[in-house]
Amino acid sequence: MTTAAPRSTAAATPPAGAVGTAHTRVEGVEKVTGAARYAGEIPFAGLAHGWLAVSTVARGRIRSIDTDAVLAMPGVLAVLHHGNAPRLETDYIGMLGTRPDPTCTVFQHDRVPSMGWPVALVVAETPEQAREAAESLVVDYEQQPHDIDFHSGRPDAVGLDGHMPAVTGKGDLEAELAASAAVVDAEYTTPEEHHSMMEPHAVTALWDGGRLEVFDSNQGATWVVGELAKMFSLEPSAVRVRSEHVGGGFGSKGVRAHQVAAVMAATVLRRPVRVVMTRRQMFSLAGYRSPTAQRVRLGADADGRLRALEHRSLSLTSTVHDFVEPSAGHSRVMYDADAHHTANQVVRLDLPTPTFMRAPGEAPGSFAMECALDELAVKCGLDPIELRLRNEPERGPVSGLPFSSRNLAACFREGARRFGWAGRDPRPGVRRDGRWLLGTGTAAASFGAGAGPSTAVLTAEADGTFTVRIAAADIGTGARTALTLIAADALGVTTDRVRVRIGDSDFGPAMIAGGSMGTRSWAWAVNTAAAELRERLALGADIPPEGITVRSDTTAAVGALARKERHSYGAQFAEVAVDLTTGEVRVRRMLGIFAAGRIVNPLTARNQLVGGMVWGISMALHEEAVRDRATGGHYGADLAGYHVATNADVQDIEADWIEDHDPDDPVGIKGVGEIGIVGAAAAVANAVWHATGARHRDLPIRPDRVLRAAAEKAPHA
Amino acid sequence: MREFGYHKAHDVPGAVALLGADPDARFLGGGTNLVDLMKSGVERPARLVDVRELPLDAIESTGDGGLRIGATVTNSDLAAHPEVRRAYPALTQAVLAGASGQLRNMATVGGNLLQRTRCGYFTDVTKACNKRAPGSGCPAIEGEHHNHAILGASGHCVAVHPSDMGVALTAFDAVVSYQTAEGTGELPLADFYLPVGDTPHRETALPAGALITHLTLPPAPVAARSRYRKVRERASYAFAIGSVAAALDVRDGVVREARLALGAVASRPWRARAAETALTGAPADAASFAAAADAELAAAKPLPDNAYKVTLMRNLIVAVCTELAEEAAR
Repeated sequence: MTTAAPRSTAAATPPAGAVGTAHTRVEGVEKVTGAARYAGEIPFAGLAHGWLAVSTVARGRIRSIDTDAVLAMPGVLAVLHHGNAPRLETDYIGMLGTRPDPTCTVFQHDRVPSMGWPVALVVAETPEQAREAAESLVVDYEQQPHDIDFHSGRPDAVGLDGHMPAVTGKGDLEAELAASAAVVDAEYTTPEEHHSMMEPHAVTALWDGGRLEVFDSNQGATWVVGELAKMFSLEPSAVRVRSEHVGGGFGSKGVRAHQVAAVMAATVLRRPVRVVMTRRQMFSLAGYRSPTAQRVRLGADADGRLRALEHRSLSLTSTVHDFVEPSAGHSRVMYDADAHHTANQVVRLDLPTPTFMRAPGEAPGSFAMECALDELAVKCGLDPIELRLRNEPERGPVSGLPFSSRNLAACFREGARRFGWAGRDPRPGVRRDGRWLLGTGTAAASFGAGAGPSTAVLTAEADGTFTVRIAAADIGTGARTALTLIAADALGVTTDRVRVRIGDSDFGPAMIAGGSMGTRSWAWAVNTAAAELRERLALGADIPPEGITVRSDTTAAVGALARKERHSYGAQFAEVAVDLTTGEVRVRRMLGIFAAGRIVNPLTARNQLVGGMVWGISMALHEEAVRDRATGGHYGADLAGYHVATNADVQDIEADWIEDHDPDDPVGIKGVGEIGIVGAAAAVANAVWHATGARHRDLPIRPDRVLRAAAEKAPHA
Repeated sequence: MREFGYHKAHDVPGAVALLGADPDARFLGGGTNLVDLMKSGVERPARLVDVRELPLDAIESTGDGGLRIGATVTNSDLAAHPEVRRAYPALTQAVLAGASGQLRNMATVGGNLLQRTRCGYFTDVTKACNKRAPGSGCPAIEGEHHNHAILGASGHCVAVHPSDMGVALTAFDAVVSYQTAEGTGELPLADFYLPVGDTPHRETALPAGALITHLTLPPAPVAARSRYRKVRERASYAFAIGSVAAALDVRDGVVREARLALGAVASRPWRARAAETALTGAPADAASFAAAADAELAAAKPLPDNAYKVTLMRNLIVAVCTELAEEAAR
């Protein structure tokens, strides 16, 4: 077919669509054979290595830095710190609509606002020399008392808008609660959680003929290029960021301290400089999910119809930059009530700035609200799925906007059928398998289906192939492969005639791999360019040696999209086994059924959804960054101390999807990056209640907590 | 990471000589703990003496029904050995409950006994720790300690020993043999680890410069019916929050002999002698097992956040002994 295809046009007979068929990763062989180079392993002549030195106090000032001793060490080339580092521009608004986090605009002042704050970059000929020198660097601090005490009821908590309004409200909450037949009033907490992707943050920066070249591991070349250009007062065209392969991001791979420090060092030394974070540094420099303390109050009629809903969430941020974990957002789009009040508050503490982490807001928010609904279902004597079906809203509960498509009920029906939910005995603590008590639980999931403006460049090559250039990022999601399928269909050719090049800011601005918006946004731009290219090719002219190139920009189209509630949905199911004598909890079975628009590549989509659900198991049972109150730093900040689920924790797990068609949507694709984690922890926690009769409102559900709950119940048993 | 010298030893006297009296030199076995500690700066040896290729990788019968286990036998080979599986099943179970397949393929028997605590204060050089920096204090007592010791700890250190293997070896009275420049010596495992007291940095009774050459497991017919149960905060690849190695000889419903050792409760694998005494001659029932557990745990001094371990260990002892008694009754 390739050879037979006419050179001047796309295939006369379009092949069967590639979208929707399973396709292994186009770069899969490179990755599994080690040929794929990641940012920290690309060779450069004359490469120098930078190592970040971070603060060992949680609050204070740098009195002095003893650079002389370190500069005398073998191989050491430079020590950059607030006394000698290049000055940065910090007064600007970046791509995500915020000012830069001062954690990233390094070495501009002597203040230390948190433990692990970057205080210096030591550059040496080898990474070993740089590390030894950085760890030998003596920094004298004027230490000040710190406050890292996160808990509900802090008087200094303030409402903060972030990416959504801090507060929404309608109706008389107290009156509706008073008039309710069933009321739930409970507090739920989630701990500090970390992205913990396999590949650490890594960058190499160098100047090449007046142009700054950055080889990086990030979630959006456009994002990083914009920030670096502004900080260093460069024309965006004078900066090029490439990010060919990325070993996971989960929200933490934007611009961070290491890139800025590397650019500084490359500028001062006029040499390529590489900076890689250690795992331990990632715990303080890479961002994290704030702990949350959430209070939920629900009031319902005897038939389960919600009269009152209140969801208040407290998260923390640093003293230098505002970030909100908007957990109450889940309730703003999921459930309506006559009185409906939500609030996101933050408290500013002497801790690093949190950031986006897989399903920001939705992951912890769904834990609280979906557990509270389970509690309400028990009080109403209703099946928890039935309770949710009785509260399906007609329009956005807060926005009043219509839903573009809302297939939550269908997810529950299909999930219940496949999980074997029918006939479930609602009584807790009555099923046993040897030493294990068994229970099942469910929860709803949703995540926004947004889009960001993107540009794409498509070239019809003279040899009959097509090249797609777009500054997309494949952070392990399979984006490169998905775009190959999308481009093939849009061009009406087979996938072997399409090569997709991504991860290069020179390809023009594009949406980041974030917010579950990447594939949807990039596909839009690719489709638009492909349509124009096909029109050009249909004119029948010969393709010149340099090919025919068209460029698309979806800025106007994205801006013109009708305002609607656009989300993907899901129903999560879990079966757990709990040993009350040891506190062990095992998730024996998990099923997620999702409505996530058009599924581009079933293979990688399933991978993402299951990955999110596994993370949900982790969130429910394992993940927790522990802070040492005395020092304000972490305890056990490594992957031995910070537990994520192992293979043995993930037994029978399956994700699948239903038809989710929206004829009015120009792309039809939603997103599968984040919804897999939403509701997953709640489904597990609800199953633990069903197994044991004990409500676990604090994550993770550790053995000691299960044992304590069992001891508290014992006198009444 | 400090630059260090590396020497490979080919025989035991050569290894001992290479290490010499240098306090900055360390023997390197599988490196599964030492290399981590070097990366984090807890250990900064000037020289490593690699003992992994010493001819100490055999498991042999002692002729009287016991086993002699070379110090460089890997954890994987120990767990898989037919005689270990037959005569000391709890030892196989304990080894397989630890680490991961890859780590067990590297880790050695001698190194396993000498691994250091995973207390997060010990492994973080920016924090105080009496074990790592004597006199600097023990922040765990007022800070994070939900997985710390409930038995045998002191006001100077509340860290726990991380080994699973060591718990089973302790139950079975293993003896550690070592060599120094002066000759050979032996230490029963019961005396191998020193009490914490005010010297938590002194962990074993091994003389300076000593190389562990082998372990001897004395014959223990009771061990043929033995079991190891480990509880941890995820299903695999985590250190214990509590573990039990137990062996019971039950005849006519009465416990004739009991071996019991506890893991993750003290600075060393904890031989539960009070429980063993209480069990011997007692009816093999839940009440006896609970009474035995209580006898052992009466000495427990939990901190505010690890009191659950008393309940956990009591439940574990009862559960494991009950399983063994039921097995005996079949």
